[in-house]
Amino acid sequence: MSLDKATVARIAHLARIRVPEPDQEALVGELNGLLGWVEQLGEVDTKGVQPMASVVGAVLPLRADAVTDGARAEAVLANGPETMAGFFVVPKVVE
Amino acid sequence: MAYVIEGRTGAWELVIGLEVHAQVISNAKLFSGAATDFGSAPNSQVSFVDAAFPGMLPVINRFCVEQAVRTGLGLKAEINLTSVFDRKNYFYADLPAGYQISQYQQPIVGKGVLDLDMPDGTVRTVGITRLHLEQDAGKSVHDQHPAKTFVDLNRSGVALMEIVSEPDLRSPEEAGAYLRKLRSILRYLGTCDGNMEEGSMRCDVNVSVRRSGEPYGTRCEIKNVNSVRFVMQAIEFEARRQIEVVEDGGKIVQETRLWDTTKFVTRSMRSKEEAHDYRYFPDPDLLPLVLEPAWVEGIKATLPELPDEKKKRFIDVYGLSPYDAGVLVADQERAAFYETVAKGRDPKIAANWVTGDLFGALNRSGKDIAESPISADALGGLIDLMADDTISGRIAKDVFAEMFETGKPAAAIVEEKGLRQVTDTGAIDGAIAAVLAANADKVAEFRSGKDKLFGFFVGQVMKQTQGKANPALVNDLLSKKLKE
Repeated sequence: MSLDKATVARIAHLARIRVPEPDQEALVGELNGLLGWVEQLGEVDTKGVQPMASVVGAVLPLRADAVTDGARAEAVLANGPETMAGFFVVPKVVE
Repeated sequence: MAYVIEGRTGAWELVIGLEVHAQVISNAKLFSGAATDFGSAPNSQVSFVDAAFPGMLPVINRFCVEQAVRTGLGLKAEINLTSVFDRKNYFYADLPAGYQISQYQQPIVGKGVLDLDMPDGTVRTVGITRLHLEQDAGKSVHDQHPAKTFVDLNRSGVALMEIVSEPDLRSPEEAGAYLRKLRSILRYLGTCDGNMEEGSMRCDVNVSVRRSGEPYGTRCEIKNVNSVRFVMQAIEFEARRQIEVVEDGGKIVQETRLWDTTKFVTRSMRSKEEAHDYRYFPDPDLLPLVLEPAWVEGIKATLPELPDEKKKRFIDVYGLSPYDAGVLVADQERAAFYETVAKGRDPKIAANWVTGDLFGALNRSGKDIAESPISADALGGLIDLMADDTISGRIAKDVFAEMFETGKPAAAIVEEKGLRQVTDTGAIDGAIAAVLAANADKVAEFRSGKDKLFGFFVGQVMKQTQGKANPALVNDLLSKKLKE
């Protein structure tokens, strides 16, 4: 698997990370290096082996259906750059 | 007859698939302990998990999982004992984490079926592709400010079941029947309230057109349609639009469209192509969800009698027509109401009063069965008065109207207004004698062969007795008198 410059630009856009055009070529090299490194795993024969989700055999913990949180709008809104009447306020986004 | 739309160049068949987002009934959210109530003050039901504060970890709500399994069982679907949560990545102001926790390749519920009861009495079986659990996003309010959008995260993190149908639907009517049936099953199960206006059930519609027998055409998806009627209208509009494009020599572009509820058209969302590149990957914060078979069996044991089974029982046990049975079982409360009325009484007479008189009166007054001024026992009381000949069927209609108006029991109204049926032959004979004496000319006409006048005499006698005479007795006594 290998990435070209257009793909790198596209990934950057999807991740909303601004990568100026002159920097993209260098990223192509870096990302391809990373992919190549991970692809070494393909050399291991994993036929018939189930994907491993946890190294310690843990299971997903489940919670009771009880209201134990919320009712702290001020704390939730505290980091919002702009708020009004209990809402977060952002530049207009509408279809 | 298959449903088709006639274009300029011939008939077109519709292919429709629906994705329904059903909000799970639960106290707390799917991955946090914040409440799920509708209509609370903005951001008052938000935990740091729902607002995606750094370092917060999701912990799954056992009851939401149970509700998804219960729904799967109600749809006769495969339950996947191992399922996986994935991140669906996209940026939007009301999605604070930048991803939605959803299920992609390994959903909790696999293939199932839904039987549609069509108005002509036939049953259409529609495939369910899958059901998966996911988080709802927050709510954006665009109309409060000219340049700003307001964001409320109360809905952020509420559990949704996305229920996907196979592209098995072929007409707007079938799509409507599918939604109503699915809503009915969800309500029976108590897993979603099915309220489309409040947004607790939302629908994305996939539509394409083709010539009969040909492969599927390119489809368009109409997002977030929020009523059964709108879904049906949107399908018809979209199909006609696609037919026009193709017949004009154009090609359908696969895209997402919106249903405009004021102009009755679908229009393209101006989304960029990459909006659909969600780059799913397993959520590293969540291990696979593994269910114990015994736990699933335990849920299965608590399933209520569902609409299809209830309908079959109503037909078999009460001898109702498939249509009446279908009308009664569509809503659990209505079905229970009917069974109370029918208990120990003639089931068909009970069905006529419940589906005809009562549902009619409720519809006209815009009332729900729970708000009915006439209880099931009270309606039963009215039917009893007819069964033991205390009142005639004609008078019963008047008593019913009075009961609906005042909420009084039938017996009290009958006593108060003196509506008790006259079964005393002496009193009826007296009324007949008076009518015959006052209409001697007509009696002569009748006796000379004008049989049709019999109805006139019956009417006059009923009038004379203020409608209280037993009609069968009147017929009987009157024909004897006229033959004398």
